[in-house]
Amino acid sequence: MCTTCGCGQGETKIEGGQHHAHDHSHEHEHPHTHAFGHGVMAAHAPGVSQSRILRIEQDILSKNNAYAADNRQQFAARGMLVLNLVSSPGSGKTTLLTRTLTDMQAEVPMAVIEGDQQTVLDAERIRATGVKAIQINTGKGCHLDAHMVGHALENLQAEDNSMLFIENVGNLVCPASFDLGEAHKVVILSVTEGEDKPLKYPDMFHAADLMLLNKTDLLPHLNFDVEQCIAHAQRVNPGIRVMQVSASSGEGMRNWYDWLRATHRMILDSAPEAMEA
Amino acid sequence: MHEMSLCEGVVQLIEDQTRKQGFTKVSTVWLEIGALAGVEIEAMRFSFDAVAKDTVADGARLEIIEIAGRARCPACKQTVQVTARYDACPECGHYPLEILAGEEMRISELEVQ
Repeated sequence: MCTTCGCGQGETKIEGGQHHAHDHSHEHEHPHTHAFGHGVMAAHAPGVSQSRILRIEQDILSKNNAYAADNRQQFAARGMLVLNLVSSPGSGKTTLLTRTLTDMQAEVPMAVIEGDQQTVLDAERIRATGVKAIQINTGKGCHLDAHMVGHALENLQAEDNSMLFIENVGNLVCPASFDLGEAHKVVILSVTEGEDKPLKYPDMFHAADLMLLNKTDLLPHLNFDVEQCIAHAQRVNPGIRVMQVSASSGEGMRNWYDWLRATHRMILDSAPEAMEA
Repeated sequence: MHEMSLCEGVVQLIEDQTRKQGFTKVSTVWLEIGALAGVEIEAMRFSFDAVAKDTVADGARLEIIEIAGRARCPACKQTVQVTARYDACPECGHYPLEILAGEEMRISELEVQ
Protein backbone atom coordinates (compact mmCIF):
# COMPACT_ATOMS: atom_id res chain seq x y z
CA MET A 1 0.00 0.00 0.00
CA CYS A 2 1.20 3.45 -0.92
CA THR A 3 2.13 5.30 2.28
CA THR A 4 1.47 8.82 1.00
CA CYS A 5 -2.00 8.56 -0.47
CA GLY A 6 -2.99 5.23 1.04
CA CYS A 7 -3.90 3.84 -2.34
CA GLY A 8 -3.97 0.09 -2.44
CA GLN A 9 -3.08 -0.38 -6.07
CA GLY A 10 -4.57 -3.87 -6.15
CA GLU A 11 -3.67 -5.41 -9.46
CA THR A 12 -2.85 -2.14 -11.18
CA LYS A 13 0.71 -1.96 -12.42
CA ILE A 14 2.33 1.15 -13.83
CA GLU A 15 5.50 0.79 -15.87
CA GLY A 16 8.51 2.53 -14.37
CA GLY A 17 7.53 1.25 -10.97
CA GLN A 18 8.09 4.56 -9.20
CA HIS A 19 4.54 4.62 -8.13
CA HIS A 20 5.56 5.66 -4.62
CA ALA A 21 7.65 8.69 -5.58
CA HIS A 22 4.78 11.12 -4.98
CA ASP A 23 6.13 14.34 -6.41
CA HIS A 24 2.77 15.02 -8.01
CA SER A 25 0.59 17.73 -6.61
CA HIS A 26 -2.77 16.09 -6.10
CA GLU A 27 -4.12 16.14 -2.59
CA HIS A 28 -3.99 13.16 -0.35
CA GLU A 29 -6.51 13.73 2.29
CA HIS A 30 -8.35 10.49 2.26
CA PRO A 31 -8.31 8.85 5.64
CA HIS A 32 -6.32 5.86 6.65
CA THR A 33 -8.47 3.25 8.25
CA HIS A 34 -5.56 1.68 10.10
CA ALA A 35 -5.78 4.67 12.49
CA PHE A 36 -9.21 3.40 13.31
CA GLY A 37 -9.39 2.16 16.87
CA HIS A 38 -7.06 4.77 18.30
CA GLY A 39 -7.73 8.22 19.74
CA VAL A 40 -11.36 9.26 19.73
CA MET A 41 -12.45 5.82 18.58
CA ALA A 42 -10.74 4.14 21.53
CA ALA A 43 -12.71 6.34 23.94
CA HIS A 44 -15.92 4.93 22.55
CA ALA A 45 -17.44 2.54 25.09
CA PRO A 46 -17.61 -0.94 23.67
CA GLY A 47 -21.02 -2.51 23.46
CA VAL A 48 -22.82 0.83 23.40
CA SER A 49 -24.17 1.22 19.93
CA GLN A 50 -26.69 3.88 19.19
CA SER A 51 -27.74 4.07 15.60
CA ARG A 52 -27.99 7.41 13.91
CA ILE A 53 -28.61 8.48 10.36
CA LEU A 54 -26.10 10.68 8.57
CA ARG A 55 -27.08 12.61 5.46
CA ILE A 56 -24.13 12.48 3.06
CA GLU A 57 -25.34 13.51 -0.41
CA GLN A 58 -22.01 12.93 -2.16
CA ASP A 59 -21.42 11.89 -5.72
CA ILE A 60 -19.94 8.39 -5.84
CA LEU A 61 -17.41 9.57 -8.42
CA SER A 62 -16.36 12.61 -6.38
CA LYS A 63 -12.95 11.11 -5.49
CA ASN A 64 -12.16 10.32 -9.11
CA ASN A 65 -13.45 13.72 -10.17
CA ALA A 66 -11.15 15.45 -7.68
CA TYR A 67 -8.12 13.61 -9.09
CA ALA A 68 -9.31 14.44 -12.60
CA ALA A 69 -9.57 18.12 -11.69
CA ASP A 70 -5.96 18.07 -10.44
CA ASN A 71 -4.80 16.39 -13.64
CA ARG A 72 -6.73 18.89 -15.75
CA GLN A 73 -5.21 21.83 -13.89
CA GLN A 74 -1.72 20.44 -14.48
CA PHE A 75 -2.43 19.89 -18.19
CA ALA A 76 -3.78 23.42 -18.65
CA ALA A 77 -0.87 25.04 -16.81
CA ARG A 78 1.59 23.08 -18.95
CA GLY A 79 -0.09 23.78 -22.29
CA MET A 80 -0.80 20.10 -22.88
CA LEU A 81 -3.56 18.82 -25.14
CA VAL A 82 -4.74 15.59 -23.50
CA LEU A 83 -7.15 13.24 -25.24
CA ASN A 84 -8.83 10.14 -23.85
CA LEU A 85 -9.14 7.62 -26.69
CA VAL A 86 -11.94 5.12 -26.16
CA SER A 87 -13.28 2.27 -28.29
CA SER A 88 -14.10 -1.40 -28.27
CA PRO A 89 -11.19 -3.83 -28.65
CA GLY A 90 -10.07 -4.18 -32.25
CA SER A 91 -11.22 -0.79 -33.56
CA GLY A 92 -7.69 0.01 -34.76
CA LYS A 93 -6.99 2.50 -31.98
CA THR A 94 -3.31 1.64 -31.58
CA THR A 95 -2.70 1.62 -35.36
CA LEU A 96 -4.42 5.01 -35.64
CA LEU A 97 -2.29 6.30 -32.81
CA THR A 98 1.04 5.03 -34.17
CA ARG A 99 0.28 6.59 -37.56
CA THR A 100 -0.61 9.90 -35.91
CA LEU A 101 2.59 9.87 -33.88
CA THR A 102 4.72 8.99 -36.89
CA ASP A 103 3.19 11.76 -39.01
CA MET A 104 3.14 14.51 -36.38
CA GLN A 105 6.00 13.98 -33.92
CA ALA A 106 8.35 16.24 -35.90
CA GLU A 107 6.07 19.25 -35.32
CA VAL A 108 4.98 18.81 -31.68
CA PRO A 109 6.23 16.85 -28.65
CA MET A 110 3.98 13.85 -28.00
CA ALA A 111 3.52 11.19 -25.33
CA VAL A 112 1.19 8.26 -24.70
CA ILE A 113 -0.32 6.52 -21.70
CA GLU A 114 -1.48 3.02 -22.67
CA GLY A 115 -4.17 1.25 -20.71
CA ASP A 116 -4.72 -2.51 -21.02
CA GLN A 117 -5.61 -5.24 -18.59
CA GLN A 118 -2.40 -7.13 -19.32
CA THR A 119 0.88 -6.90 -21.31
CA VAL A 120 3.10 -3.99 -22.33
CA LEU A 121 2.68 -4.82 -26.03
CA ASP A 122 0.91 -1.59 -26.94
CA ALA A 123 3.41 0.63 -25.13
CA GLU A 124 6.17 -1.18 -27.03
CA ARG A 125 4.38 -0.52 -30.34
CA ILE A 126 4.19 3.15 -29.44
CA ARG A 127 7.83 3.39 -28.31
CA ALA A 128 8.87 1.87 -31.65
CA THR A 129 7.73 5.16 -33.24
CA GLY A 130 10.21 7.04 -31.01
CA VAL A 131 7.50 8.58 -28.82
CA LYS A 132 7.50 8.27 -25.02
CA ALA A 133 4.94 5.84 -23.70
CA ILE A 134 4.04 4.28 -20.41
CA GLN A 135 1.82 1.26 -19.86
CA ILE A 136 -0.78 0.94 -17.15
CA ASN A 137 -2.02 -2.61 -16.60
CA THR A 138 -5.33 -2.53 -14.82
CA GLY A 139 -5.33 -6.25 -13.99
CA LYS A 140 -9.00 -7.15 -13.85
CA GLY A 141 -9.99 -3.47 -14.05
CA CYS A 142 -12.09 -2.49 -17.04
CA HIS A 143 -11.11 1.19 -17.34
CA LEU A 144 -8.46 3.74 -16.37
CA ASP A 145 -9.23 6.20 -13.60
CA ALA A 146 -7.85 9.65 -12.85
CA HIS A 147 -5.79 8.42 -9.92
CA MET A 148 -3.88 5.88 -12.08
CA VAL A 149 -3.27 8.56 -14.71
CA GLY A 150 -1.91 10.92 -12.03
CA HIS A 151 0.62 8.28 -11.01
CA ALA A 152 1.52 7.44 -14.62
CA LEU A 153 2.24 11.14 -15.20
CA GLU A 154 4.91 11.05 -12.49
CA ASN A 155 6.84 8.44 -14.44
CA LEU A 156 6.12 9.60 -17.97
CA GLN A 157 7.88 12.98 -17.92
CA ALA A 158 5.76 14.40 -20.71
CA GLU A 159 7.01 17.71 -22.06
CA ASP A 160 5.28 21.06 -21.62
CA ASN A 161 3.19 22.11 -24.65
CA SER A 162 2.92 18.50 -25.77
CA MET A 163 0.05 16.34 -26.95
CA LEU A 164 -0.71 13.44 -24.62
CA PHE A 165 -2.87 10.57 -25.81
CA ILE A 166 -4.38 8.30 -23.20
CA GLU A 167 -5.42 5.04 -24.84
CA ASN A 168 -8.07 3.66 -22.54
CA VAL A 169 -8.86 -0.02 -22.02
CA GLY A 170 -10.82 -1.34 -25.02
CA ASN A 171 -14.36 -1.16 -23.65
CA LEU A 172 -17.33 0.95 -24.74
CA VAL A 173 -19.04 0.86 -21.35
CA CYS A 174 -17.00 1.58 -18.24
CA PRO A 175 -14.53 4.27 -19.39
CA ALA A 176 -17.49 6.57 -20.16
CA SER A 177 -18.04 7.33 -16.47
CA PHE A 178 -14.45 8.06 -15.46
CA ASP A 179 -13.10 11.53 -16.15
CA LEU A 180 -9.29 11.42 -16.43
CA GLY A 181 -8.81 15.18 -16.72
CA GLU A 182 -8.70 15.08 -20.51
CA ALA A 183 -9.73 17.94 -22.80
CA HIS A 184 -11.86 15.61 -24.92
CA LYS A 185 -12.92 12.02 -25.18
CA VAL A 186 -12.42 10.74 -28.72
CA VAL A 187 -14.36 7.59 -29.58
CA ILE A 188 -13.03 5.36 -32.34
CA LEU A 189 -15.50 3.13 -34.15
CA SER A 190 -14.46 0.95 -37.05
CA VAL A 191 -16.69 0.13 -40.00
CA THR A 192 -16.20 -3.58 -39.33
CA GLU A 193 -18.39 -3.10 -36.24
CA GLY A 194 -22.15 -2.48 -36.49
CA GLU A 195 -23.56 0.95 -37.37
CA ASP A 196 -25.86 0.60 -34.36
CA LYS A 197 -23.02 0.69 -31.79
CA PRO A 198 -23.80 4.31 -30.82
CA LEU A 199 -27.32 3.23 -29.81
CA LYS A 200 -26.10 0.09 -28.05
CA TYR A 201 -23.48 2.00 -26.04
CA PRO A 202 -25.07 5.46 -25.80
CA ASP A 203 -23.16 6.63 -22.73
CA MET A 204 -19.81 6.50 -24.48
CA PHE A 205 -21.01 8.30 -27.61
CA HIS A 206 -22.74 10.84 -25.39
CA ALA A 207 -19.51 11.49 -23.47
CA ALA A 208 -17.30 11.88 -26.57
CA ASP A 209 -16.76 15.14 -28.45
CA LEU A 210 -15.33 13.52 -31.57
CA MET A 211 -15.99 10.20 -33.31
CA LEU A 212 -13.37 8.81 -35.67
CA LEU A 213 -14.96 6.32 -38.03
CA ASN A 214 -11.96 4.14 -38.83
CA LYS A 215 -11.05 1.52 -41.46
CA THR A 216 -13.02 3.31 -44.21
CA ASP A 217 -10.74 1.64 -46.78
CA LEU A 218 -12.74 -1.55 -46.08
CA LEU A 219 -16.14 0.02 -46.91
CA PRO A 220 -16.31 -1.44 -50.45
CA HIS A 221 -16.24 -4.94 -48.92
CA LEU A 222 -18.89 -4.36 -46.25
CA ASN A 223 -22.56 -3.60 -45.79
CA PHE A 224 -21.94 -0.70 -43.46
CA ASP A 225 -24.27 2.29 -43.70
CA VAL A 226 -22.10 5.31 -42.89
CA GLU A 227 -24.96 7.83 -42.90
CA GLN A 228 -27.03 5.65 -40.60
CA CYS A 229 -24.10 5.26 -38.20
CA ILE A 230 -23.54 9.01 -38.05
CA ALA A 231 -27.27 9.58 -37.52
CA HIS A 232 -27.21 7.13 -34.59
CA ALA A 233 -24.23 8.91 -33.03
CA GLN A 234 -25.92 12.29 -33.40
CA ARG A 235 -29.09 10.91 -31.88
CA VAL A 236 -27.32 10.25 -28.57
CA ASN A 237 -25.07 13.30 -28.93
CA PRO A 238 -26.26 16.06 -31.29
CA GLY A 239 -22.99 17.96 -30.82
CA ILE A 240 -20.61 15.11 -31.74
CA ARG A 241 -18.16 15.73 -34.60
CA VAL A 242 -17.50 12.86 -36.96
CA MET A 243 -14.47 12.25 -39.17
CA GLN A 244 -14.04 9.31 -41.53
CA VAL A 245 -10.50 7.98 -41.53
CA SER A 246 -8.41 5.00 -42.50
CA ALA A 247 -5.33 4.64 -40.36
CA SER A 248 -3.91 2.04 -42.73
CA SER A 249 -4.41 3.87 -46.07
CA GLY A 250 -4.09 7.37 -44.56
CA GLU A 251 -7.38 8.50 -46.09
CA GLY A 252 -8.99 11.31 -44.08
CA MET A 253 -6.14 11.49 -41.55
CA ARG A 254 -5.38 15.07 -42.55
CA ASN A 255 -8.73 16.25 -41.09
CA TRP A 256 -7.85 14.60 -37.78
CA TYR A 257 -4.42 16.20 -37.72
CA ASP A 258 -5.93 19.62 -38.49
CA TRP A 259 -8.38 19.13 -35.63
CA LEU A 260 -5.51 18.18 -33.29
CA ARG A 261 -3.52 21.28 -34.26
CA ALA A 262 -6.50 23.63 -33.89
CA THR A 263 -7.52 22.13 -30.55
CA HIS A 264 -3.97 22.32 -29.20
CA ARG A 265 -3.66 25.92 -30.42
CA MET A 266 -6.70 26.89 -28.35
CA ILE A 267 -5.09 25.37 -25.25
CA LEU A 268 -1.73 27.04 -25.89
CA ASP A 269 -3.43 30.40 -26.38
CA SER A 270 -4.94 30.15 -22.93
CA ALA A 271 -1.71 28.96 -21.25
CA PRO A 272 0.71 31.87 -21.85
CA GLU A 273 3.20 30.78 -19.17
CA ALA A 274 3.73 27.36 -20.67
CA MET A 275 4.21 28.89 -24.12
CA GLU A 276 7.17 30.92 -22.88
CA ALA A 277 8.78 27.86 -21.30
CA MET B 1 -17.84 -4.21 -14.44
CA HIS B 2 -17.09 -0.66 -13.32
CA GLU B 3 -19.55 -1.22 -10.49
CA MET B 4 -16.59 -2.64 -8.54
CA SER B 5 -14.79 0.73 -8.86
CA LEU B 6 -17.96 2.60 -7.99
CA CYS B 7 -18.25 0.52 -4.81
CA GLU B 8 -14.64 1.32 -3.98
CA GLY B 9 -15.58 4.99 -4.35
CA VAL B 10 -18.51 4.47 -1.98
CA VAL B 11 -16.34 2.78 0.65
CA GLN B 12 -13.67 5.50 0.41
CA LEU B 13 -16.29 8.21 0.93
CA ILE B 14 -17.64 6.31 3.95
CA GLU B 15 -14.12 6.03 5.38
CA ASP B 16 -13.72 9.81 5.00
CA GLN B 17 -16.87 10.20 7.05
CA THR B 18 -15.62 7.97 9.87
CA ARG B 19 -12.97 10.54 10.63
CA LYS B 20 -15.24 13.55 10.37
CA GLN B 21 -18.27 12.09 12.14
CA GLY B 22 -16.71 9.66 14.62
CA PHE B 23 -18.56 6.39 14.08
CA THR B 24 -17.25 2.85 14.22
CA LYS B 25 -19.72 0.85 12.19
CA VAL B 26 -22.03 1.34 9.27
CA SER B 27 -25.15 -0.80 9.22
CA THR B 28 -27.00 0.63 6.20
CA VAL B 29 -25.90 2.55 3.12
CA TRP B 30 -28.46 4.32 0.93
CA LEU B 31 -27.44 5.01 -2.64
CA GLU B 32 -29.38 6.93 -5.26
CA ILE B 33 -28.77 5.54 -8.73
CA GLY B 34 -30.36 7.02 -11.82
CA ALA B 35 -31.80 4.89 -14.61
CA LEU B 36 -29.49 6.62 -17.13
CA ALA B 37 -26.31 6.37 -15.03
CA GLY B 38 -25.09 3.21 -16.76
CA VAL B 39 -25.01 1.29 -13.50
CA GLU B 40 -26.08 -2.32 -13.23
CA ILE B 41 -27.84 -2.49 -9.86
CA GLU B 42 -27.28 -6.21 -9.34
CA ALA B 43 -23.56 -5.86 -10.11
CA MET B 44 -23.46 -3.02 -7.59
CA ARG B 45 -24.93 -5.23 -4.84
CA PHE B 46 -22.59 -8.05 -5.72
CA SER B 47 -19.51 -5.80 -5.67
CA PHE B 48 -20.42 -3.90 -2.54
CA ASP B 49 -20.23 -6.90 -0.21
CA ALA B 50 -16.81 -7.84 -1.57
CA VAL B 51 -15.39 -4.32 -1.45
CA ALA B 52 -16.78 -3.50 2.00
CA LYS B 53 -15.21 -6.58 3.58
CA ASP B 54 -12.78 -5.70 6.42
CA THR B 55 -13.82 -2.03 6.31
CA VAL B 56 -16.10 -0.02 8.58
CA ALA B 57 -18.94 -0.97 6.19
CA ASP B 58 -18.32 -4.72 6.43
CA GLY B 59 -21.70 -6.46 6.45
CA ALA B 60 -23.66 -3.25 5.89
CA ARG B 61 -27.02 -3.45 4.14
CA LEU B 62 -27.11 -1.73 0.77
CA GLU B 63 -30.34 0.09 -0.06
CA ILE B 64 -30.52 1.35 -3.62
CA ILE B 65 -33.04 4.02 -4.48
CA GLU B 66 -33.58 3.95 -8.23
CA ILE B 67 -34.30 7.33 -9.78
CA ALA B 68 -36.35 7.31 -12.96
CA GLY B 69 -35.13 9.10 -16.06
CA ARG B 70 -36.97 12.37 -16.64
CA ALA B 71 -36.52 14.77 -19.53
CA ARG B 72 -37.96 17.94 -20.97
CA CYS B 73 -38.94 18.08 -24.62
CA PRO B 74 -37.66 21.29 -26.23
CA ALA B 75 -40.36 21.03 -28.93
CA CYS B 76 -43.60 20.45 -27.01
CA LYS B 77 -42.27 21.60 -23.59
CA GLN B 78 -43.64 18.52 -21.82
CA THR B 79 -41.73 16.80 -19.02
CA VAL B 80 -41.64 13.09 -19.84
CA GLN B 81 -40.26 9.79 -18.50
CA VAL B 82 -37.35 8.26 -20.41
CA THR B 83 -35.56 4.95 -20.06
CA ALA B 84 -32.65 5.67 -22.41
CA ARG B 85 -30.61 8.66 -23.43
CA TYR B 86 -31.79 8.55 -27.02
CA ASP B 87 -35.52 8.18 -26.31
CA ALA B 88 -37.80 10.37 -28.39
CA CYS B 89 -40.58 12.41 -26.80
CA PRO B 90 -43.57 10.08 -26.27
CA GLU B 91 -45.89 13.08 -26.81
CA CYS B 92 -44.56 14.52 -30.08
CA GLY B 93 -41.71 12.26 -31.25
CA HIS B 94 -39.02 14.94 -31.05
CA TYR B 95 -35.43 14.17 -29.98
CA PRO B 96 -33.01 14.86 -28.43
CA LEU B 97 -34.60 15.64 -25.08
CA GLU B 98 -33.03 17.60 -22.24
CA ILE B 99 -32.30 15.17 -19.42
CA LEU B 100 -33.56 16.48 -16.06
CA ALA B 101 -33.04 13.43 -13.83
CA GLY B 102 -31.73 9.89 -14.00
CA GLU B 103 -27.96 10.46 -14.21
CA GLU B 104 -27.46 10.41 -10.41
CA MET B 105 -24.90 8.23 -8.62
CA ARG B 106 -24.94 9.44 -5.03
CA ILE B 107 -24.51 8.23 -1.48
CA SER B 108 -27.48 9.79 0.20
CA GLU B 109 -27.48 8.52 3.78
CA LEU B 110 -25.70 6.21 6.18
CA GLU B 111 -27.00 4.47 9.28
CA VAL B 112 -24.06 4.39 11.66
CA GLN B 113 -23.17 3.37 15.20
